Amino acid sequence: MSADTTTMTAGAAGGGSRTTPARPAQPYWNPYVAGFGLGLVLLASFVIMGRGLGASGAFSSVVAAGVGAVAPEHARANPFYAEYLGDGSQNPLMDWLVFEVIGVLIGGFISGTLAGRTRRGIDRGPAVSNRIRLVYAFAGGGIMGIGAKLARGCTSGQAMTGGALLNTGSWAFMMCVFAGAYAMAYFVRRQWL
Amino acid sequence: MNAPFFKFGLFGDNVSLIVAVFIGIGFGFFLERAGLGSARKLTAQFYLTDFAVFKVMFTAIITAMIGLFYLGWMGILDLSLVYLTPTFMLPQVVGGLLLGVGFVVGGYCPGTACVGLATGKIDALVNLLGIFAGILFFGEIFPLISDFYTATPMGQVTLPQIMNIPYGVVVFAAILMAVGGFAGATWVEKMMAKRKEVQAS
Repeated sequence: MSADTTTMTAGAAGGGSRTTPARPAQPYWNPYVAGFGLGLVLLASFVIMGRGLGASGAFSSVVAAGVGAVAPEHARANPFYAEYLGDGSQNPLMDWLVFEVIGVLIGGFISGTLAGRTRRGIDRGPAVSNRIRLVYAFAGGGIMGIGAKLARGCTSGQAMTGGALLNTGSWAFMMCVFAGAYAMAYFVRRQWL
Repeated sequence: MNAPFFKFGLFGDNVSLIVAVFIGIGFGFFLERAGLGSARKLTAQFYLTDFAVFKVMFTAIITAMIGLFYLGWMGILDLSLVYLTPTFMLPQVVGGLLLGVGFVVGGYCPGTACVGLATGKIDALVNLLGIFAGILFFGEIFPLISDFYTATPMGQVTLPQIMNIPYGVVVFAAILMAVGGFAGATWVEKMMAKRKEVQAS
C-alpha cells in the first residue's frame, strides 16, 4: 500500500501543488479503516433518518433554486426544477442533502487540516499544464452532472447508499460507472500519469 | 427501539437538518482520511496503481449492508421505511457510463469534489462548477428527454427480490465478492508497483 503515502508527495514533486508545504502531510488512513468509518456513517444515516447519503441531489437543489430566482415562470414550467422547488411554501435550499453537503465540506476541511493536507493547489499529473487540467475538470464535471441526473444519483446516493440497500438499479449503475471510467481512462492518461 | 428514528417522529424537520450537517461531517471526514479528496489518488483506480476508491467504497457498502441486515433481522430497524430509489434501468445504465467517463476526465465524483474543494483544490472547485453546468444543461433539456428519463421502470426493487433469492444469501454473496475483490485489487497493486520498479531501474 505504498501508493497511499506517496500520492501527495508525488503530486508536489510533479508540480501538482503550487505552494510548498509548511509541514509534511500525514499519510492517508488504511482504506479499510476509512471505509469502515464511512460505512458506520452511512448506517447511522439509515438508522436515524431512514435514508442514505448523497451529493448530486444537493447541487440540483442549488441549480433549481438559482433558476427559480432568475426565471421563476421558466422554472415552474419545467418538471425537473419544479420537483426541487416544491409548491413554493419552503425555500428549496432548506433541504436535507444541502445541509449534508455543507457538513461534507466541514468534515473534509477538519480532516485535511488536522492532517496537514489542506493547501491551495491543482491536483494533476506532471505531464499536463494547469490550464488543460482545469478545462478537463470542468468538462468532466459537466458530463458527470448529466450522468448523475439521468441515473437519479451519483457515487454517494446511488453506488454507496443503493449498494448497501442492495438496490437493483444502484448495482447496475455502479458497474457502469467503473465500466465507463475504465473505458475512458486510456484517452485521458496524460492528465494523470 | 424503533428505527429509523425520523420516520417514527422522534424529531422534526428542523432537527433533521442539524442531523444532516453532522452526518455530512462524518462523511466528509472519512472521505478525506482515505485520500479521496485527491484527484490523482481517485483516478489511480483506473490506472490500476491504487484501488483505494474500490476498497473504501466496498468496505463502506459491506459495513452498512451487514448493519442493515442485522438491525432489520433483530426488529430494531424497519427496512420498509428506509427509502429505496426506484430503478429505471436504461437511464441508470447510460447515466452510470456517463458518470464514469466524467469521473476519469474531471478527476472527482460529486461528493469527493466537495472534499477536494474543502482542502483547497482549485481543480475540485472548477469540477463543481462543471457539475452545476451539467445539471443546468440537463434541467434545460429535461422536457425533451423525459421519456428516456422514465424508460424501463422497474419500481423499488432490491436484488434479493428480483433474483428471488433470500436476503441473507445475497448479503453473504456480496461479502464474498468484496473480499475476493479486495484480494485481487491488492495483488494487481503489487504487480503494478513491481512493474514500475523494473521500469525505473
